Amino acid sequence: MRYFVGKVKNKMRDELLAIIEKNSRIDLKELAIILGVEEIDVVNELAALESEGIICGYHTLINWEKTDVEKVTALIEVRLTLQRGQGFDTIADRIKKYPEVRSVYLISGGYDLMVILEEKTLRQVATFVSDKLSTLDQVLSTATHFVLKKYKDHGTNMSEDPDEREMITP
Amino acid sequence: MRNPLSDKVVAIKPSGIRKFFDIVSEMKDAISLGVGEPDFDTPWHVRDEGIYSLEKGRTFYTSNSGLKELRQEICRYLHRKQGLTYDPLTQVLITVGGSEAIDIGLRAMINPGDEVLIPQPSYVSYEPCAVLAGATPVMINLKAENEFRLTAKELEEAITDKTKILILPFPNNPTGAIMERGDLEAIAEVILKHDLFVMSDEIYSELTYTDKHVSIAELPGMQERTVLINGFSKAYAMTGWRLGYACGPKEIIRQMTKIHQFAIMCAPTTSQYAAVEALKNGDDDIVHMRTAYNQRRRYLMHAFREMGLECFEPYGAFYVFPCIKEFGMTSEEFATRLLEEEKVAVVPGTAFGDCGEGFLRISYAYSLEKLKLAMGRIEKFITRLREEQKQ
Repeated sequence: MRYFVGKVKNKMRDELLAIIEKNSRIDLKELAIILGVEEIDVVNELAALESEGIICGYHTLINWEKTDVEKVTALIEVRLTLQRGQGFDTIADRIKKYPEVRSVYLISGGYDLMVILEEKTLRQVATFVSDKLSTLDQVLSTATHFVLKKYKDHGTNMSEDPDEREMITP
Repeated sequence: MRNPLSDKVVAIKPSGIRKFFDIVSEMKDAISLGVGEPDFDTPWHVRDEGIYSLEKGRTFYTSNSGLKELRQEICRYLHRKQGLTYDPLTQVLITVGGSEAIDIGLRAMINPGDEVLIPQPSYVSYEPCAVLAGATPVMINLKAENEFRLTAKELEEAITDKTKILILPFPNNPTGAIMERGDLEAIAEVILKHDLFVMSDEIYSELTYTDKHVSIAELPGMQERTVLINGFSKAYAMTGWRLGYACGPKEIIRQMTKIHQFAIMCAPTTSQYAAVEALKNGDDDIVHMRTAYNQRRRYLMHAFREMGLECFEPYGAFYVFPCIKEFGMTSEEFATRLLEEEKVAVVPGTAFGDCGEGFLRISYAYSLEKLKLAMGRIEKFITRLREEQKQ
């Protein structure tokens, strides 16, 4: 139970994670300044977070709509029928191996897995669903939804609001 | 034609901030570090509650004192945060921002000739409100070497037999100074000795970065002589909703309610419904914003140290108050040149009282990116000034 090891350290860790979740490119010196700690503490904490598998990667949020690159994002609801010895984890492990699969979530409610796919064309998505996903023994049915526009992604608004405050106020 | 104007009003100086505002407004591409309000939007669940109240057609007056539910939530909040107990029916008045509470609080307590002690640098409205209420304002010049805290000695020296009220503006705008429990205990003794009343403007109470805020009303014997003023603008980023409150002895609140009833009727109904939601479910929002302010505060303190600019470390509000006396010019000259030469707008310390001379108010209610850009320009500016001085 890490929480009981040191509340202060834990608080620094939480704050550090909250900052780099939004900006993983922030420089270490600056990170140390705004956290009010030494740079070496930040370096050590980041190394620990990486080795503990808490930090799993440093990605970039790209608004592909503003580029010439064509991307199609599809959300696929998957209903499963489970067999003895083959739980959700087994089938999810299998689906996640496809490189075109971006995310796989186990979902409560009307269906079992949410598979998020990113491909270049609609046809590629269709091929994946019909040839690879639907043909798995455990898959009962699928429902595919295409993303038409992203307004907000990973907690970030894709269009920025201007500062409308007066320049000087008491 | 006769002179249509009141001599008392004409004699009041317009806010020093206004003058600088007019200069800044001309420069569209300037980076401003001049605002006294949060850069966060009001949390969505709070806005949503305001919108919902409109949809439900809750567009009528509330009672003069404000929604009962809101007064109850305020009492719960003050108990939760400060350990204070107030009666929601007789000891709370919902006002149009903390500003209204300052105005009507003074009007309810002042008789002609009473003296009101105003520690400065501080918010711009205490002095004119005291004058309009018929009081004689008496300034106490706070000092940088005391981190702009009010000391018992300074208080004692300013008291005469006419002194009735001490205004206590902490955490402070523009200095960012706070008063810790020990500081408050020292002045409480003087207040009790001279039988004074306190108007404690605690609008920045949620924005302290070391320990949690202490209200003077928490100290023994002080609650019955203190009007505590707070509001939603700073804690919940709700400046435009115009909502504050006063809590205090019921005789004072009753008289304040009378003025409020005739001048205002009631605070905006939509804002009151939104504020109930803020108090019920907004504690996490405060933590989130305070954490961000604290990061920026640390960044600015570090930047000033690197530049070699003298600045005491402020533990409250969202301002730093660096000293620019080494450059041998007035705050206003410095701010004007900084604006013209590097396009960064800050507010001269003199806008908050004459003793703010030699200081600047810099607000960190801005994103880190913006602060970084502005600090780069300020550094360039003072490097140039230091070179000029050498020649």
